Amino acid sequence: MKEIILIKNGEIALKGLNRGNFEDMLIKNCKRHLRSVGDFKFSKAQSTIYAAPVGEPDMDAALERLSTVYGIAALSRAAVTEKDLGAICACAGEYLADQLSAVRTFKVETKRSDKTFPLGSPQISAEVGGWLLDHFPNLRVDVHQPDLVVNVEVRDFGAYVHAGQLPGAGGIPVGSGGRAALLISGGIDSPVAGCMMARRGLEIIGVHFASPPYTSDRALHKVEQLVQKMTPWCGRIYLYVVPFTKIQELIRDNIPEDYFTLVMRRFMMRIAEGIALREDCGALVTGESVGQVASQTMQALACTDTVTALPVLRPVIGMDKEEIVERARRLDTFEISIQPYEDCCTVFTPHHPKTKPKAADLDALEQALDVEALVREAVEAAQGRVFYLE
Amino acid sequence: MRYNGTNGIFAALIFCAQEEEAFLEERYLDNSATTPVDPEVARYALELMCQNYGNPSSLHHKGFEAQLALERARQQAASVFSADPRRIVFTGGGTDSNNLAICGTALALRRTKGRMVVNAAEHASVLKAMDWCESEGWEVVRVAPLADGTPDLEAFAAAADARTALVSCMAVNSETGAVTDLRRLSRAVKAKNPKTLVHCDAVQAFCRLELNPKTLGLDFVSASGHKINAPKGAGLLYMAPGTRVVPLLHGSGQEGGLHPGTENMPGFCALGLAAQRMQARRAELWDRYTALRARLVTKLQQIPGVCINSPEGAAPYILNLSVPGWRSETLIHYLERLGVYVSSGSACSKGARSHVLAAMGLSDARIDSALRVSLGQYNTPADLDAFAAGLQQAMAEVARK
Repeated sequence: MKEIILIKNGEIALKGLNRGNFEDMLIKNCKRHLRSVGDFKFSKAQSTIYAAPVGEPDMDAALERLSTVYGIAALSRAAVTEKDLGAICACAGEYLADQLSAVRTFKVETKRSDKTFPLGSPQISAEVGGWLLDHFPNLRVDVHQPDLVVNVEVRDFGAYVHAGQLPGAGGIPVGSGGRAALLISGGIDSPVAGCMMARRGLEIIGVHFASPPYTSDRALHKVEQLVQKMTPWCGRIYLYVVPFTKIQELIRDNIPEDYFTLVMRRFMMRIAEGIALREDCGALVTGESVGQVASQTMQALACTDTVTALPVLRPVIGMDKEEIVERARRLDTFEISIQPYEDCCTVFTPHHPKTKPKAADLDALEQALDVEALVREAVEAAQGRVFYLE
Repeated sequence: MRYNGTNGIFAALIFCAQEEEAFLEERYLDNSATTPVDPEVARYALELMCQNYGNPSSLHHKGFEAQLALERARQQAASVFSADPRRIVFTGGGTDSNNLAICGTALALRRTKGRMVVNAAEHASVLKAMDWCESEGWEVVRVAPLADGTPDLEAFAAAADARTALVSCMAVNSETGAVTDLRRLSRAVKAKNPKTLVHCDAVQAFCRLELNPKTLGLDFVSASGHKINAPKGAGLLYMAPGTRVVPLLHGSGQEGGLHPGTENMPGFCALGLAAQRMQARRAELWDRYTALRARLVTKLQQIPGVCINSPEGAAPYILNLSVPGWRSETLIHYLERLGVYVSSGSACSKGARSHVLAAMGLSDARIDSALRVSLGQYNTPADLDAFAAGLQQAMAEVARK
């Protein structure tokens, strides 16, 4: 039985003149996601995109791949048949046989967008419903709370039959909102933050700070694994690894202990901004929360915010740890994140971190270092690596 | 000739092997017992012994490099099942995996000791593990195979009930090549009780048959390296998401705690590489085995007194035949002098009566004269011709019982 995947756009349908661009971007992303499964031909009509397989690819795998594409509200797997009533009935009976035998009540919902088709939607529903009642003695019609809804769509290209939709990943297509640089530490929060912004259409690049010998190869490997785990949602990700040892040691030697973490974070933001500007990003993204750790107070955030001109997007700032962990589990990054390898943030932790710092104080303390030169050096020394969707 | 270091050892070994080969062309047709290691795989194993020899648990870079090799091996093995690498536990071999699956499940469910169902034609490691479960208070139902050697799926379904915790049935029988319809088995069993776990000893099927545990409904799958041209002493167990076993070994937590002990790096990594190589050639080799088997059967049909024990639809790389009136062991020794190596029953039984053939209900004469020809990737038509000719010769020269 010939099958097709119906992709329903959600928000895109609201975008008016931009809709075409959004849809094209969505199709481009879908194509990339399906590359390893097989060849698909894409077409669009109204607010639905059709992915028709060429040959016989693994449709389960195709749906799984599309379930992580942002910009899709719902996905259906449908059988394709001729625009002929008899064919539609027979198709419904065959394609949905298993489900129809297992339920007691059903109804038929028809959408007819091909106005040249002789029957109207209610008539089609009645005919198909009648046919199914004849062939499945276990069934009754219930138009209010049916166990199963048989969907029939009569479009220009053909007729489609399916039962039920899978929820899509929601959001807007990656790439439609520009680019942003994500500060990724290896912890639980940053991958979640990155994917949340990707969901709003941003293409994500990663910036990670490595301080060998204080941080190990394994800590870097962990971040690489996290980035790879993000690719099904974010698409291709460029990861920049910044050599940070020199700066961390200079901070340790020239800044009072209580301010270590704050100054370190300011340097990270400046360097990330340097890379972001070079790579045409319009924003930074972090996994910062408020109140989780001593360095994440409002005052501390104010101090890190002042060093960058780019907006800093903090999507998980209002979430509880449990909520973030749940999202990390769904992304399959949680288990990787909790592996106990030292990252920069844990290297020189003060015993009594300053929780209510003032930006002016930090500016003064940083006079001891040649901030501009150190930032420039670090940005230039960052090593990039690309991670593709597998 | 001068060699140095590890290259020298390896080269010397090959040199010796080649010396012996000069006397007699080796026709090795006992690949279900074990297989020669693929030279590429052997080279890789050596690399893991002498160059990338770190302990994956070490914090330093040498340990990290080893860890990467182990991750790669796990990925290679998981790909055979189209599964996530976390589904794979590396073990010491097929027996180890079977024990972990069966006894590990028994221990996990020790509070509700219900029933286990097992195919009577399983490998000794499965049968003995089941015997142990029985001694611990489990009810074990042993299902005799059908006369053609395939598992009795109806009896399996009938024996599965609300109390059945686990059923075990191999994918391909090591003695006859009989192939189990695993999808039908798991469907029938899970229709009776959706919580019943299905264990499959796939030692003779791994990388030879299509094995997607998700589509086949398998919860545990055992595999072994030395059947796919990797060294002996390494195997794996696939565990479906949600399954839980209590480990049989206690130690430092390697393999997620399920198989502790410093990882057998040469073994596991060689297994991974061998699996990748074999899986890539699966279709090609299947076709080749089919052609070779057809050729052999044609020749055997021309020898009066030879009967085939393997059922229709058996895996093409295992052929079990009998020559009633002659003793298997005598024939085996006769053939070895011609350079042809085959076996009678399973190698593990060291010549004891085949419980599999007995379970099939074959006559004593057939069981006592059974020979097993099992193909590997290096076998050629000439190997089979030599076997057929040798068998004919043996039958002419060796006294009948």
